[in-house]
Amino acid sequence: MLEIIKQPWPWYVAGPLIGLTVPALLILGNKSFGISSSLRHVCAMCVPAKIPFFQYDWKKELWNMFFVLGIFFGGMIAVTFMGNTEPVQLNPSLVKELSIYGVTDFSSLVPVDLVSWDKLLMLPGFIMMVGGGFLVGFGARYAGGCTSGHAIMGLATLQWPSLVATVCFMIGGFVMANWILPFILMM
Amino acid sequence: MANLVEQTAQSEHDIRATDSICINESQKQHKWYYNLKYLVVGLFFGVLFVKAEVISWFRIQEMFRLQSFHMYGIIGSAVLVGMISVWLIKRYRIKTILGEAITFTDKKFNKGQIYGGLIFGLGWGLTGACPGPLFAQIGMGATVVIVTLISAVAGTWVYGRFRDQLPH
Repeated sequence: MLEIIKQPWPWYVAGPLIGLTVPALLILGNKSFGISSSLRHVCAMCVPAKIPFFQYDWKKELWNMFFVLGIFFGGMIAVTFMGNTEPVQLNPSLVKELSIYGVTDFSSLVPVDLVSWDKLLMLPGFIMMVGGGFLVGFGARYAGGCTSGHAIMGLATLQWPSLVATVCFMIGGFVMANWILPFILMM
Repeated sequence: MANLVEQTAQSEHDIRATDSICINESQKQHKWYYNLKYLVVGLFFGVLFVKAEVISWFRIQEMFRLQSFHMYGIIGSAVLVGMISVWLIKRYRIKTILGEAITFTDKKFNKGQIYGGLIFGLGWGLTGACPGPLFAQIGMGATVVIVTLISAVAGTWVYGRFRDQLPH
């Protein structure tokens, strides 16, 4: 049993369990599943700056902050007590492609050759961490939700605007990964 | 007077619901520790993220290069389970554990879902993480991701600041 827990979980186990978050939050307190809103609540809490978009009762949404805090602790628990011993099993063609750019360390879930404190002030690392983070935060709010709010909650409740958003997420990701990222990694 | 209070409450709800698919629709008022149950749900969620390698930058790169079924399987089966659950909740009018009716609000379309969606996608392909995984990656010990998270908060703030000037 312990062996099974320590190995990476297959998609058909993890996917349905992630899906169960939707009814869990609804039944616990009529909360719609979503994560990127937490970033907005941080703005409303810390730097509202009289911007109308941040003038709302964020205390009402405090549940969302508890939820993301839980995700943080979940990550901590998973690596401490249930850690994978093996590196992620990747498609060989990805391994080959990344090695061209000097990305050879596959031991962590983050690419330590690109994302680490040492690499923060190198151009590719800076673009990925600071630039990427900005696009994620800006885009998620502009779209009205992220992968959880639109792709999971929105599609689960058959919202067609969420389908539009999800398709756009995928288009953006394809363009970045296939056509823009290679140039960034060559810098 | 009561009318005015109601009106203010209504507009507050509108602001909170702007560009947010997930807002708290519950009418109940609770002590702060009632929120601890969401921390527990988040905890399971964070563990799942790590164990299923959803928060792996490499897994996201595979997905966008069509080199692996893994992420499609996860998102697809999560949506399916979510869909069936929502259908059951509606069909049997299941209530919350505190007896409140469960409500669903329809999302209105605006062009932000296209522009914002594309921008978000570009960021997702770059960081290999959407907002949820960012929190799990930091918990996992990749402390530098705090920078990405702060940058994401900054992105959200800039959006809020210039919201009126952007096409919707």
